[in-house]
Amino acid sequence: MAGYIFRRVLQAIPVFFGTTFLIYFMVFAMPGDPIVALFGDKTPNPAVIEQLRQQYHLDQPFIVQYFIYIGGIFRGDFGISFSGEPVTQILARTFPVTIRLAILALLFQSIAGIVVGLYSGLRKGKLFDSSALVVSLILISLPIFVIAYVAQYVFGVQLGLARTTVGSGAPIQDLIMPALVLASVSFAQIVRLTRSSVIETSGLDFVRTAYSKGLSRRRIVPVHILRNSLIPVVTFLATDFGVLLVGATVTEGIFNVPGVGNTLYQAIIRGEGPTVVSFVTVMVLLYLVVNLVVDLLYGLLDPRIRLVK
Amino acid sequence: MKIRRIGIGAIALAAASALMLSGCSAGGDTPSTNSGGNNSAIITANGSEPQNPLIPTNTNEVGGGKILDEIFAGLVYYDAKGAPINDVAESIETTDAQNYTIKIKPGLKFTNGDPVDAASFVDAWQYGALLSNAQLSSYFFEDIQGFSYDADSPLTGLTVVDDTTFTVALTSPKSDFPLRLGYSAFFPLPKSAFADMAAFGENPVGNGPYMLAGEGAWKHNEKIDLVVNPDYKGGRVPKNGGVTIVFYATQDAAYSDLQGGNLDVLDAVPDSAYQTFQSDLGDRAVNQPAAVFQSFTIPSRLAHFGGEEGTLRKQAISMAINREEITKVIFEGTRTPASDFTSPVIDGWSDKLKGADVLEYNPDEAKKLWAEADKISPWSGTFQIAYNSDGGHQGWVDAVANSLKNTLGIDASGAPSPTFAQVRTAITDRSIQTAFRTGWQADYPGLFNFLGPIYATNAGSNDGDYSNPDFDALLAKGSSETDVDTANKDFQDAQEILLKDLPAIPLWYSNVTGGYGTEVSNVTFGWNSVPLYSEITKG
Repeated sequence: MAGYIFRRVLQAIPVFFGTTFLIYFMVFAMPGDPIVALFGDKTPNPAVIEQLRQQYHLDQPFIVQYFIYIGGIFRGDFGISFSGEPVTQILARTFPVTIRLAILALLFQSIAGIVVGLYSGLRKGKLFDSSALVVSLILISLPIFVIAYVAQYVFGVQLGLARTTVGSGAPIQDLIMPALVLASVSFAQIVRLTRSSVIETSGLDFVRTAYSKGLSRRRIVPVHILRNSLIPVVTFLATDFGVLLVGATVTEGIFNVPGVGNTLYQAIIRGEGPTVVSFVTVMVLLYLVVNLVVDLLYGLLDPRIRLVK
Repeated sequence: MKIRRIGIGAIALAAASALMLSGCSAGGDTPSTNSGGNNSAIITANGSEPQNPLIPTNTNEVGGGKILDEIFAGLVYYDAKGAPINDVAESIETTDAQNYTIKIKPGLKFTNGDPVDAASFVDAWQYGALLSNAQLSSYFFEDIQGFSYDADSPLTGLTVVDDTTFTVALTSPKSDFPLRLGYSAFFPLPKSAFADMAAFGENPVGNGPYMLAGEGAWKHNEKIDLVVNPDYKGGRVPKNGGVTIVFYATQDAAYSDLQGGNLDVLDAVPDSAYQTFQSDLGDRAVNQPAAVFQSFTIPSRLAHFGGEEGTLRKQAISMAINREEITKVIFEGTRTPASDFTSPVIDGWSDKLKGADVLEYNPDEAKKLWAEADKISPWSGTFQIAYNSDGGHQGWVDAVANSLKNTLGIDASGAPSPTFAQVRTAITDRSIQTAFRTGWQADYPGLFNFLGPIYATNAGSNDGDYSNPDFDALLAKGSSETDVDTANKDFQDAQEILLKDLPAIPLWYSNVTGGYGTEVSNVTFGWNSVPLYSEITKG
């Protein structure tokens, strides 16, 4: 087990260098000069541009810029943004907000999704099952920004039940609505995934055996059916956590969440290499960790795929 | 120039939200009571995360600019109409529009106790102008003697006479120099700033009507809390307890907050709400011309656009555009068709300039002029207008191209580039081979600011490389007048030359679109599209 984790961590090293290099290259190759864009429609004097390029090392060749950046990382220095803020500070400010939002969304979607999915699966073809399928179909087919705008308008503006946007400091109560919006699409997918998995498991031999052994339904459903049905769901949740961390840009924009998606988007638009690469690097590392945790979770759910050795 | 860069991402969402919001309107208008309001109430206003440290000479965009304007007091400030009113200055005197003697009011202090004296201004300007400090607004000092873009060189034109007096010597007469002094680049700095400018930019100390509510009042990407500065003695003493500027990543979020009652004052309505905001907000909606001029530039180095042929073609193109219709249909009336090269909010503006009829839609005349140009050299190829597709420009560019196609019978289209940086780079290094979008947001409310930096020979933002000695001479003449009205007359004469040469094709003036909540009153928008926060009362 320890050896396995160690190997996985070792694998993260080339992934780290590969992604930072690729991302840095892509930001570098983005057309247009970010310094010129700093001046808006005004054309700056060439000497001023040169001075600013030097300040951000943009006058160096690509490979030199990359190693200046990587060298900084190992000294704990992730560079500074155009606004003069150390990137480490930006990371420390935005990641907790987005992680909080992602965990909240994950909780909503997994609890609601698994409960509804299980219930549907056990009552296949009944009224509850059919209506759950219809609702999930609607949720899946709606683009997330439509759900977000409708929720914001109805619950925020019209009913006044929630704040229309997330306030400063992103308190949990403000994050509930964005989290529900984020959770809605995945909720529908989890319902469908759990449902089909439960139906499949219910028909397997060991479930029949359990019933014929005289075990109560109360024991069979959670222990024998649900536990064995959760593997695809857990895989989905893990990838979804990654998506929630990086892909919440639209939702974060609509609800003005001061999180990763928003900040990263602005940094890409401005061509701030160090900020973009640092964000993506941290995302990649988080993603690797989450995947490792999931692989270990498999073993808990199904002893048959527990790691040998 | 203060650049607005918010809401770039909102465009994709605009269509969908417009569909959804069009059916709805905000109910429950309670009439606002116009009593004095609560002196300690905090106003909330929209803003965007400052893109640079909060240093006056290093801020050139709206997000940081609107904060600096509140926490600093310059020599003058601008009233709602853009007229300069002495703030820190006691008097600004000149006899030749080139040498100025500036006296400041005695006994003023920064919020940390440092005195506001002549040196606070001179040192701040020296810092801002020095090449190696790489300040984004350094070009504001280029008219002061000693300024250099090539090497570190002190501004020799600045002399401290005594604690409350200093003199400024310019390299040439600039009659609108006193008008410029309300711009943030000319704000004073306390002595403590120079020890650690980076730390100062994070927690700036000013002398304005408001001050930061303690260390760390700037919560990055979230908001900045400003409270009243009790020591401020100028004409902008706040009628409220403070302003909290909330940073929004999209204008849509800010608009939702205004509707939801979480925001008091909004100065930028999102595109998606153009159609509905006036009915949503009723008399709390604001839609008036602003000091923003939009145009596109056809460099004369392009084939068919040089010399007499080029002038004819540019006039034909200008007359082939139906500005009235485009501002109404594409912009829902949030733009005002242009009748000159400046803006209606600027003192001296006129819509009766000789030759301004070239800006009116006149398809017959346009066809005639185009045909005349064809006699000089027959037209070939496609007429293209370059724009950045991350800025919501596609709608009007396509409309203009269609207008040209239908009127002149030529092939015309937009030429989108994915990012703003890409277009600006191509424009700056002159590699662009098409017409391109240009715009100008005034730094200070003067006609010269719309003309000198853009159309004077070799001027910094003369992206079309326009040059006309007659125009330059009129600008210089206007700049050496000491009487404002006489100067404006010269600038108007200069504009009449532009209307003939059309170095840029004027399109429209952007309006400031905004609104305010039911709890606040006395909301007026300044000449620069930012509300006069100190005047607002709440409760």
